[in-house]
Amino acid sequence: MNGAHDLGGMHGLGPINPEPEREEPLFHAEWEKRALGLTLTAGWLGQWNIDVSRHARERQHPVTYLSNSYYENWLAGLETLLVEKGVVTLEELEQGKALEPAPESLTSKCAPASAVTNILSSGGPCDHPTDDPQEFKIGDKVRVIQFNPTGHTRAPRYVRGHVGTVCDYHGSFILPDENSKGNKIGQHLYNVSFDGDTLWGPGNDSTIHVDLWQSYLEKA
Amino acid sequence: MGQDHSHDHTEPPSDPALRVKALESLLVEKGLVDPAAIDAIIETYETKVGPRNGAKVVARAWTDPAFKDLLLSDANTAINSMGYAGRQGEHMKVVENTDTRHNLVVCTLCSCYPWTVLGLPPVWYKSAPYRAQAVSAPKGVLTEFGTTLQEGTKISVWDSTSEMRFLVLPQRPEGTDDWTAEQLEDLVSRNSMIGVELALTPAELKVIQAGESS
Repeated sequence: MNGAHDLGGMHGLGPINPEPEREEPLFHAEWEKRALGLTLTAGWLGQWNIDVSRHARERQHPVTYLSNSYYENWLAGLETLLVEKGVVTLEELEQGKALEPAPESLTSKCAPASAVTNILSSGGPCDHPTDDPQEFKIGDKVRVIQFNPTGHTRAPRYVRGHVGTVCDYHGSFILPDENSKGNKIGQHLYNVSFDGDTLWGPGNDSTIHVDLWQSYLEKA
Repeated sequence: MGQDHSHDHTEPPSDPALRVKALESLLVEKGLVDPAAIDAIIETYETKVGPRNGAKVVARAWTDPAFKDLLLSDANTAINSMGYAGRQGEHMKVVENTDTRHNLVVCTLCSCYPWTVLGLPPVWYKSAPYRAQAVSAPKGVLTEFGTTLQEGTKISVWDSTSEMRFLVLPQRPEGTDDWTAEQLEDLVSRNSMIGVELALTPAELKVIQAGESS
């Protein structure tokens, strides 16, 4: 979707104002720690995947998305998913109190502290096989298709319609556009490089690399 | 609830600290979340998984040519061999800075970041201005970080749009030929592995250490 999250090239957002590396705390408030932990542990209940989760954050109203701090966006996304997936009710969320017990199918997935190290160090690999033929090879010129899907996609607006060069092939990976709807399918994934002046106009001599799935691309 | 589409977004949002507290007590009461698991997650990223992991990878690549070759051709195997693996580091690619090429990593669409080697991303990395400018005006971004590249150096920007996570291999600073990998680690800042800064020079490190011990 063409949401506020798709930020590449946007103007007027002001300076970055980075905190010096050696002075920046890992968290800026205690609640951020709990928001991180809740997002991860609730995710382990298995009711959604990473793309469903990203989409829950990015479909907030643009004003809200851009006004929130990053952990506020995580919190908003988590609240949305918990209610939409029926893990908690809106009334429970508003009251911060359980009004009905959770089913055993969910409570059985509650991760104990002893499982955390193993879960974090295992991660969740996202490669996934496909029977599709690989349409592009390294060195091919490709054009990102012009499309404006209203759902989740990982093709940023700033590359759509532009021509780049395939410079790496990563293998077959879960396609986010479908994964966000609960369909786990694999598709070939490429790294495509774009000349800065192609994307941004004359005088930009940088190269921009973007990972793009096969269905985002056509031969140029 | 900030995500309610019918919500008037001009209404001030409720205090996130209160919302998080209420949400945690609700999920704990329903038996869905163990607060000790949250503590364990926080402890992991506060004490175990952070940019010192990445610094060890970089320092080893600077001192062990076979490891560097493996790191650049098969980053997962190289990084996993040092014991760093897991969430948000399942698929890794390392990009090398040279005399003519400088690399910069961003995630314009969210905040994808190589957690296994750098830990949790800093606030600026997740901020709207960084995500907006890194792909369109990388030179300005480097200027804001006080970073100057050698004349003629071109910039490659890596937008983390898939589950591939990028780590920059900075250039080894001059005047460190007789340094051990362990000593070199101190020169490898987190920011140099994102690409907004260069590795510290020995002189810069000295100034920092003098400041921290005074």
